[in-house]
Amino acid sequence: MTKDYKQMWNNLDINLEAHDGLLAVLSDAYQNIYLSQNNRPEGMKYFDFVISEVHGLRIEEILEAKKERKKIIGTFCVYVPEELILSLDGVCIGLCAGAEVGSDEAEKFVPRNTCALIKAFMGFKLAGLCPYIQTTDLIVGETTCDGKKKAYEIFDEITGGKMYVMEIPNKKGADGRTLWRNEVKRFAEKLEALAGKKITLKKLNGASKIVNERREALHRLSLLRSFDPSPISGLDALLINQVSFYDDPVRFTAKVSELCDELDERVKEGSGVSEKGSPRILVSGSPMAVPNWKLHAIIEGSGATVVGEESCVGERNFGAILDDGFSSVEEGIEKIAARYMNIHCACFTPNDERLSDIMEMAKRLKTDGIIHYAIQFCTPYMVEAFKAKKTLDNKGIPFLRIETDYSMEDMGQLKTRVEAFLEMTGKGVRS
Amino acid sequence: MKIGGIDIGSRYIKYVLMEDTRLVDFQRRETGYNPLSVCGELLESSKPEKLVATGYGRYLLEIYENTTTITEIKAVARGAKAVFPGTKTIIDIGGQDTKVISINEKGDVTHFEMNDRCAAGTGKFLEIMAKTLGYDLELFGKHCRDKNTNIKINSLCTVFAESEVISLITKGAEREEIAHSLHYSIVSRVMSLLKRIEIKDDVIFTGGCAKNSCLKRMFEERLQRKVYVHDNPYLHAAHGAALYAMQS
Repeated sequence: MTKDYKQMWNNLDINLEAHDGLLAVLSDAYQNIYLSQNNRPEGMKYFDFVISEVHGLRIEEILEAKKERKKIIGTFCVYVPEELILSLDGVCIGLCAGAEVGSDEAEKFVPRNTCALIKAFMGFKLAGLCPYIQTTDLIVGETTCDGKKKAYEIFDEITGGKMYVMEIPNKKGADGRTLWRNEVKRFAEKLEALAGKKITLKKLNGASKIVNERREALHRLSLLRSFDPSPISGLDALLINQVSFYDDPVRFTAKVSELCDELDERVKEGSGVSEKGSPRILVSGSPMAVPNWKLHAIIEGSGATVVGEESCVGERNFGAILDDGFSSVEEGIEKIAARYMNIHCACFTPNDERLSDIMEMAKRLKTDGIIHYAIQFCTPYMVEAFKAKKTLDNKGIPFLRIETDYSMEDMGQLKTRVEAFLEMTGKGVRS
Repeated sequence: MKIGGIDIGSRYIKYVLMEDTRLVDFQRRETGYNPLSVCGELLESSKPEKLVATGYGRYLLEIYENTTTITEIKAVARGAKAVFPGTKTIIDIGGQDTKVISINEKGDVTHFEMNDRCAAGTGKFLEIMAKTLGYDLELFGKHCRDKNTNIKINSLCTVFAESEVISLITKGAEREEIAHSLHYSIVSRVMSLLKRIEIKDDVIFTGGCAKNSCLKRMFEERLQRKVYVHDNPYLHAAHGAALYAMQS
C-alpha cells in the first residue's frame, strides 16, 4: 500500500491489529497465488494495484463520495439492480464475504453448520475487518437462500438497522415476475427516500449505459477465454470478476477494455498462459467472493486452465444485457426487473435454464470437463449439482462435484480429486 | 531395468521395485514426521532408473527430486487391474481417505468418489476406535460379534463416534458388539459412495483396511457378490505407479 491509512481505518472502527494481520495474510496469498503466475498480461498490473489498495485507496474514494453526499450501498448478490443505485449518484459495493475471518464471532449468532459466505460477511463485520461495511448507508440483502435471509435479520441488529431485504421469488412464473417487479419499484423508492431526490430518465439512461458497458467488457473478456490457448489465466479472470463488484465501474470498464485489447493481440499471435491443447475446465456453482481463490489455484496448479465461471462472480453477473431502449423511468424499471429475473440462480425452482447455460458455456469455451463447486451447506447448489451431473453424464462431458469452504484443511484431498479428474478426462497433467 | 513405484500415504510409505516386468521387492514403512528421509532410505539401496510417486505426499518427491507423480486414484486402478484383470470396481480404504473407483477394460478410471475432508470412515477412524476399545488394529476385525442387540453407531465423525463408543461402554455394552457396529457404520458410508458409481464385474478391496476381514465380509453381504482382497492389499498404488513408470 502506498500510504498509511491507519487514521482512516481507526475512524471507521476497524480493529487495527487484526486488520494488519488480515492484510499480511492477503498479501502473502496474493504473492503466492497471483504474482507467481507465468506470462501474465501487462494489463493485470492495474488489478494487482487495486488489490494492493483493496482497503486503502478505494475506501478513500468512497469516503470522498460520501462527503459529496453520495449514498454508499452495500450488496451481497447480483440480483440487486445496480442501475437504480447509480441513477441516484450512489456507489454500489459488493461487501467482503470471501475469507475465513471472524468465524468464532459469527458463530455466536449463527450455527456452526452455516455456509462460509454467510459466516464470512458476519465475521468481517463482527471482527471489525471490513471498512466497506463501515462506510455503507444501506446494506441490501435478498432472499436467495434460507441461511442468508435469516442471517440478515441478525445482521440488521449488528449493523444498527442498515439492512434492507429484497424478496426474490422462488419461481419464474407470472406471479413471481409481478412480485419481483414490485420489489424493484419499492427498492427504487427506498433509494429515492435515502438520496432525497427522484430518479430521472436521463440519469437512469446514464446509469444503465455505465452498467451495460461494464457487462459488455466482461463479456468480451469471457469470449477471449474461448481461444486455445487461453490468453489469460482463470485466476486472473476470476480476480477481474471479483474486482468488478467494488471498483469504480467506469474506470473498471476502461481497464478491462485495455486488457482485452492486449489479449486480442495474444490471440492473434496464438500465445497464451498455457500450451495449446492443455486441459480446459469450466467451473460452475456457488459464487467465489474475493479473496476466495482456492479452487482456481488448485486447478491451475495442476496444469489445467479455468476458462469460465458459470457463477455469480462470473457469467451470471454479466451474461444478460439490459434492454436500455426505454423512454420513461417506469418503463426503465420494468425492463430492469425483467433483466434481473433472467439470472439463473439455483434459488429458483425449476431452474433448467442454468443447465442450458452450463452446456452453452461448455461448448463455447471448448471445455474438457466441468468442476462443480458448492460452498458447504449451500443447499441450492449442492442439490442442483446432482441434476447437472446427470445432464452432463448423458452428454459425455466429464463432471466433478466438489463441496468445500474457505479453510485450507482439505487442500490435499481437493488436489488429489482435481488431479485424478484431469487424469480421467484423458488430459491428465502428467499423463 | 529397475523401476520403482512409491506411494507416500498418510500412515505408511509403500515401495515397489520391479525388474523388467517382475515385481521383485515390496517394502512398507511408517510415514512419520519426515517422509522424505524415509523415501530416501527406501530408494537408496535399490536405486531405480525410473520412478513414479503417488499418494498424499507425492509432491514431496516432485519438489525435491523432480519425480513424476500420478494420483493414488489412477495408481491404484493400474495396480489393481494388473493383479485382478477382471476388476471394474475398486474400494480403497486408506489411512485418511476412502475412495471408490470405476474402471474400464483398459484400466482407465471412468468415475471415482472420495470421502469429504475429514477422517470419517477411514483407516484413521478404525485406528482410533480400536484403541478406544483396547484392541490391536491388526486384529480389530476378528473381534466383531453381531448378537442382534441392535447397537448402532450413528456418527461417522471420529470425535462424535468416540463419544458414542464411550457412552455404550458405560452402559455395559460388550465391546465385540460395539466393534461390530463400528465396522458396520464404515461399510454403510462406503455403500453410499458406491451408489454413486456403477458396480460391475469383480469388486476388489484395497488399502490398509482391506486387511480387516470383518469389513470384507460385510461388503460381501451388502453387495451380494464376492469381494477380492490381495494377500498384500497395501501394494496396489505403489505397484500401479511402478507400472506407469515402466510404460512412460
